[in-house]
Amino acid sequence: MHIVDRRLNPGGKSLVNRQRFLRRARAYVQQAVRDSLKDRSIKDLDKEGQISIQRDVIHEPTLHRAAQGGSRERVFPGNHDYMEGDKIKRPDGGAGAGSKAGQGEGNDDFQFALSREEFLDLFLDDLELPDLAKRRLIGGAVDGIRRAGYSTAGNPSNLSVPRTMQKAMSRRLALRRPKGADLARIEEEIALIEARTPPLPDDATRLEALREERSTVIRRRNLIAYIDPVDLRYRRFETVPKPVAQAVMFCLMDVSGSMTEHMKDLAKRFFALLHLFLSRCYEHVEVVFIHHTDRAAEVDEQTFFYSTVTGGTLVSSALDKLIEVVQERFRPDDWNIYVAQASDGDTMQSDNGRVVSLMQQEILPFSQYFAYLEVGREEFADIESIGTTTGLWQAYAPVSDANRNFVMRKVHHRREIYPVFRELFQRKGVAERSS
Amino acid sequence: MTVALAPAPLFTGSDWDFSLINRIHDTIEPIALQEMKLDIYPNQIEIISAEQMLDAYSSIGMPLFYKHWSFGKQFVTNEMMYRKGLRGLAYELVINSDPCINYLMQENSATMQTLVIAHAAFGHNHFFKNNYVFKQWTDAEGILDYLEFAKRYIAQCEERYGQLPVERVLDAAHALMNQGVHRYPRVRPRDLKAEAAREAERQAYRDRIYDDLWRTVPTGAKADAIPSDARRAALGLPQENILYFLEKSGPRLESWQREILRIVRLIAQYFYPQRQTKAMNEGCATYTHYRIMTTLHERGWITDGSFMEFLSSHTNVVYQPTYDSGQFGGFNPYALGFGIMSDIERICREPTEEDREWFPEIAGSGDAMEVLKDIWANYRDESFVSQFLSPHLIRQWRLFKILDKQGESELRVDAIHDERGYRRIRRSLAREYEIGRQEPDIQVVDVDLAGDRKLIVEHAVLDGVQLDAGDATMVLQNLANLWGYEVLLKEVDSESRKELKSHSAQPNMAWLR
Repeated sequence: MHIVDRRLNPGGKSLVNRQRFLRRARAYVQQAVRDSLKDRSIKDLDKEGQISIQRDVIHEPTLHRAAQGGSRERVFPGNHDYMEGDKIKRPDGGAGAGSKAGQGEGNDDFQFALSREEFLDLFLDDLELPDLAKRRLIGGAVDGIRRAGYSTAGNPSNLSVPRTMQKAMSRRLALRRPKGADLARIEEEIALIEARTPPLPDDATRLEALREERSTVIRRRNLIAYIDPVDLRYRRFETVPKPVAQAVMFCLMDVSGSMTEHMKDLAKRFFALLHLFLSRCYEHVEVVFIHHTDRAAEVDEQTFFYSTVTGGTLVSSALDKLIEVVQERFRPDDWNIYVAQASDGDTMQSDNGRVVSLMQQEILPFSQYFAYLEVGREEFADIESIGTTTGLWQAYAPVSDANRNFVMRKVHHRREIYPVFRELFQRKGVAERSS
Repeated sequence: MTVALAPAPLFTGSDWDFSLINRIHDTIEPIALQEMKLDIYPNQIEIISAEQMLDAYSSIGMPLFYKHWSFGKQFVTNEMMYRKGLRGLAYELVINSDPCINYLMQENSATMQTLVIAHAAFGHNHFFKNNYVFKQWTDAEGILDYLEFAKRYIAQCEERYGQLPVERVLDAAHALMNQGVHRYPRVRPRDLKAEAAREAERQAYRDRIYDDLWRTVPTGAKADAIPSDARRAALGLPQENILYFLEKSGPRLESWQREILRIVRLIAQYFYPQRQTKAMNEGCATYTHYRIMTTLHERGWITDGSFMEFLSSHTNVVYQPTYDSGQFGGFNPYALGFGIMSDIERICREPTEEDREWFPEIAGSGDAMEVLKDIWANYRDESFVSQFLSPHLIRQWRLFKILDKQGESELRVDAIHDERGYRRIRRSLAREYEIGRQEPDIQVVDVDLAGDRKLIVEHAVLDGVQLDAGDATMVLQNLANLWGYEVLLKEVDSESRKELKSHSAQPNMAWLR
């Protein structure tokens, strides 16, 4: 008998097959992924997840008998009180008396789980996020460590044995250190001559010469060390700057009376996309939710999307809150700060001056990117596109012209979210490339 | 004063290590080989992780296999079930090869490893080596090499011709896989190694004789139409092995496509014995592990606690739900095999009058092991059930037979566990295991060679049960694609020869190129 430990063999033999399966069912899986996003919260958006697709897409047909029709006989265990000749009513839907209950899964859908990576791939594949934007968005640096050749000094734990032995050997060769074999040969000859009886005439001289040679060899061997301190080589490491891997995203939403469910839904979709995008670029993404009426508050996700507070609109209150949170918890030096703001743009004229100055003076300098999304009623899409603008839009427009990291877009319909999002990031990338 | 010392148990906790696995094996081996006189291939035990078990599961339990999306589909289903806890993983997986490869999962407890070694390394292993169906059909020595070849060959095809064309051929071949076995053995060497070598030779020959000039040689006048009988004989018709027929006679297939059909067909053939001996194979392994575990416990090699753990998992394995329990999904092959085998043991040891009447050859013979070994070697599920399902067991399981006649509104209880019913129940249950009945009888019957080369396939309809129409249409499309011309499938009643239904499919011309 023979035992083999295969646990260290790479697993994931099925990975290729799995990918092929996903590729085959791609269109359906993608649809399913998008559908499943509807029910997810922002933070869970990119978690691994269960999806189900129609079974017939990936059905593997075989020639087999139909489940119905014809005459059949079957044997079952566990008879209680049937007697020969008893008649039983045919169970609904099937010819056989066999019960299919207890098989758990329905037969119509094919359910399986996607890993986080697969999920994102399928989701973002559809989005075609520009790679350029990603690079641009990664700012700041921390130190990482990488190999950088060898040095003559260092920590014993970094000693490179192969390199050291190589050095020692070339030194021994260069200085012609006698080999152990040379010594052995001399010793052997001495022993041979000494053992000879009677000795030959010139044995004495020969012996003397050999003894001399032996002491030379031994001396040289002692003098020229096998390994010398000058041979030692240590692996060297150096620090290199690496992109930071943390970001914070602020979701600012207007929840004043004028915001409808539809508008909130648009906003939510936009936040979700942004979050997903950031999670791909950074190892660690924090999300801060701030909602505002004429007063702003930092809230949890649940409250953010489902609270029923209502009131007037004071955009500056949200910006104040944003600045306050940044000062408290997110030092701009350490964090990449992103802000997404959603509002219907319906604001108090008197507030706009303050909003603009807060933007210009405080927020934009520390923000990596600020996206303002103006959400409108679906049914007004046509009218508004003609050119009606809101107070906030008018106030923001010059800011946007002056700052590359501030963008604003108007959306009325769900289907506009993806294109707008894509455009926002792509444009930046393209602009940067051409500049 | 001397005290008979019981040996110290092999292990007490649930942890195991390699030396323990060795000791377990070495303790079991003499029990299996000397006391039970089992005859096995050398064992190779491989420890794998749960993820690797999922991998292995997904390629029909084979350690290496060519790549195909349906294995990926298998994998995601299994993984889903496993994660949800709907299904545990098998504790073991065993491969009919020489040496016999046994996979043990690292997550198993020491008791489970003991059980698995007894079950797979001795039970299944003995069955693989000795059962006549396996002897006739499988080449335990060559299978792993052949799979290696298949994997490499298909990968090469993908490189040369692209992934999609290869996938199409594989999809089509898989759809016809069940129609890719020879059901009746002929004298034929089963040497899969030589198969691989032969294909290499064929390829080399083709390369050597390739000469583009031949394409331009004018062909002579058309020969007269051949009489249909001679034509059929020349094509080897009727032919039930559709994949074989396509491989040999498909007019539009390229040689690599034929070779892929051949690979799928040979693999289907390799698994064919397993499908015919499920209950016996599992029964044999279960009976063996039960004997061995009991012996180990009696002799003090395993503790009472460990034996209890074993019993609980053994009971789960051989549990047979009743028809109305909601968990019923047909007969559990473990329960059926083990049930009949334990019953045979009883008949050999303590036969009743009834047993003597029903089983005169074995009743009271005393040596149950000899009887069982003979059965393991010379029967398959169908003959096993039809010979050895005893009245005692029929009563114990309270078996009954239902007749569902076409055109009648009610089902009829045709037989129950009484004097009048025993034989009928036994015959009926055996028929459920008859492989010829489990699968529709489908044959290629003719090709219209003089005309449009239409391929005619016939399904001999038994008891009025026709093919599942949706699937049949899809498979037929695949068949037409492979054949390259129209295909007609007729469903003909096997008794009256009346045609009940016909399907046809035109090839998709874009398919082959």
